[in-house]
Amino acid sequence: MPTVKKNNKVLGAFGEEVIVKELISKNFEIIERNWRIREGEIDIIALSPDGFFSFVEVKTRSSLAFGHPFEAITPVKAQRLQRLALAWLATHKCLGCDYRIDIAAVLIDSSGGFSTEYRVGVL
Amino acid sequence: MSLGQTFGVALQGLGGSVVTVEVDIADGIPSYTLLGLPDAALNESRDRVRAAIVNCAEQWPNRKVTVSLSPAWMPKSGSSFDLAIAVAILAANSSVGVIPEIIFLGELSLDGKLRAVRGVLPSLMAAHSAGILRAVVPMANRAEAQLMTSMEIIPMSHLHEVLLWLRTGERSENLELDLEQVVDTALDFEDVAGQPLARRAAEIAATGGHHLLLIGPPGAGKTMIADRLPTILPALTLEEALEVTAVHSIAGSFATRSPMSRLAPIVAPHHTTTRVAMVGGGSHLIKPGACSLAHHGVLFIDEAPECGPGILDSLRQPLEAGTITIARAIGNLTFPARFLLVLAANPCPCGKFTGRGTSCVCTSLQVRRYLGKLSGPLMDRIDIRVHVDPVGRVDMARADLAESSATMRERVIAARLVASKRFAHEPFSLNGQIPSRALRTTYQPERIAMNFLHDELDRERLTARGLHKVMRTSWTLADLYQHDRPTLVDVHEAYALREGIEL
Repeated sequence: MPTVKKNNKVLGAFGEEVIVKELISKNFEIIERNWRIREGEIDIIALSPDGFFSFVEVKTRSSLAFGHPFEAITPVKAQRLQRLALAWLATHKCLGCDYRIDIAAVLIDSSGGFSTEYRVGVL
Repeated sequence: MSLGQTFGVALQGLGGSVVTVEVDIADGIPSYTLLGLPDAALNESRDRVRAAIVNCAEQWPNRKVTVSLSPAWMPKSGSSFDLAIAVAILAANSSVGVIPEIIFLGELSLDGKLRAVRGVLPSLMAAHSAGILRAVVPMANRAEAQLMTSMEIIPMSHLHEVLLWLRTGERSENLELDLEQVVDTALDFEDVAGQPLARRAAEIAATGGHHLLLIGPPGAGKTMIADRLPTILPALTLEEALEVTAVHSIAGSFATRSPMSRLAPIVAPHHTTTRVAMVGGGSHLIKPGACSLAHHGVLFIDEAPECGPGILDSLRQPLEAGTITIARAIGNLTFPARFLLVLAANPCPCGKFTGRGTSCVCTSLQVRRYLGKLSGPLMDRIDIRVHVDPVGRVDMARADLAESSATMRERVIAARLVASKRFAHEPFSLNGQIPSRALRTTYQPERIAMNFLHDELDRERLTARGLHKVMRTSWTLADLYQHDRPTLVDVHEAYALREGIEL
């Protein structure tokens, strides 16, 4: 695995924490976090109020210097998310359940505040 | 609103179709999809459009952007859709309101400037026939665009301006161009010293639309004469000028010709040219060739015998039909190609086989072979063949021989007027275009002249096509001499002009 700067790891974890809180406040049920297999990792797996398994990819950025957080999700990464979601459903004997892939962005500004953006069913 | 719609034009040859540019902005991973068979240049519009929008301080939607160019089955090419796409994206993003029915043409530079594109005039013609009467065009194309007087043309130089205009209706002063204020050429027949025969031949060719072959040593003035031929042709009518400008617009050749020019065009391809360059072609984007660029004008081929095999013969079809149809995998296209063909040739490879030919170093076989390359069916289509002799001291001194283009043009116009009155009820207007059947029935020279021609035909000194060619040229001479019908003298002269040079 490529080395990740400690700072970035902290940032990512912070972002995921923010989104989890937001999901809970929207009546999502958090099922699992940071589910990891060899293929990769799913940040958050949650059950939405309308009965969907939501597989959430969280992108956190402290500036827009490298573009919008969502732009980091390339077609290849999106494909991987799709495969990971199916893998999770398979291992949990849930293949055939309603599911969707959501993406979340957390943008931290210089004053320490942050803003979030959440898009539902992007694939 | 997450839907935006504007209009552009996709060109195929001289024809075009209005293309609806639709943009949908949906939630999702940021992406940009361009639908509707775009080519490479059009696919790259994504990066140009995005940079232009961002650099105009507008919001680029970080969402799933789908651009659809419909009809989707029609292949589209070029950069002229940039502006239409940019405006549609901003409309979908609610940065501007609903866009009225306007055609948007133009390529965007990264900072949002509007760059000139090819084919503006034919695009506007297509828009007009589709009933869209307003168009935004790049400032650099405004001269060409304003030829479409029946449309409201809005020339713009920057995406900023376009957006400001769409939001507030404000726009900077529209610079009206004076259509008459074009200086076409500084060339004049006055510059040609001597050469009474060649000048005469040029005048006859210009009057009747007869094809011309000039044979002479290097430096005698063949090129000078051919270059000045457009200056004695009548000015193009508005209709003709539009046709010419449309063809030049597709080819993108306004560097050498003003879009508003009324002067007959002259195109002089080098003798190493390819067949595709001569008649037009290309695989993705079919471009008109030299023979279409010379539509309503002069196609001048210097050093004609040096042309590669088949190049000159590829002109045979357009010479007959006045159009050229190019067949490629993506479809058949027809371009207009009614031109006056002027060929120039040296008398032999060394160029000195003239007069007594004492300084010529070529063998007699070489001399025969050289012009032999020209013979055959193409030569049969040439009505006038003249020698251009080296200019001597006397010619240089005689200013009275050097008539101006204006004087010659007056005679050409007068003679053409006579012909067009005669042909008022015919589908053709020039003597060079009289069909052979009409020549044998309605448009026969005097009987005594016909007897002479039939004699020559019987002696096999004249082919059937040659006979018709001589009759056509004799009509032009009759018009120039103000005879009602070609006399024996006219026919003799026409015969001498055609058969004077043995090939």
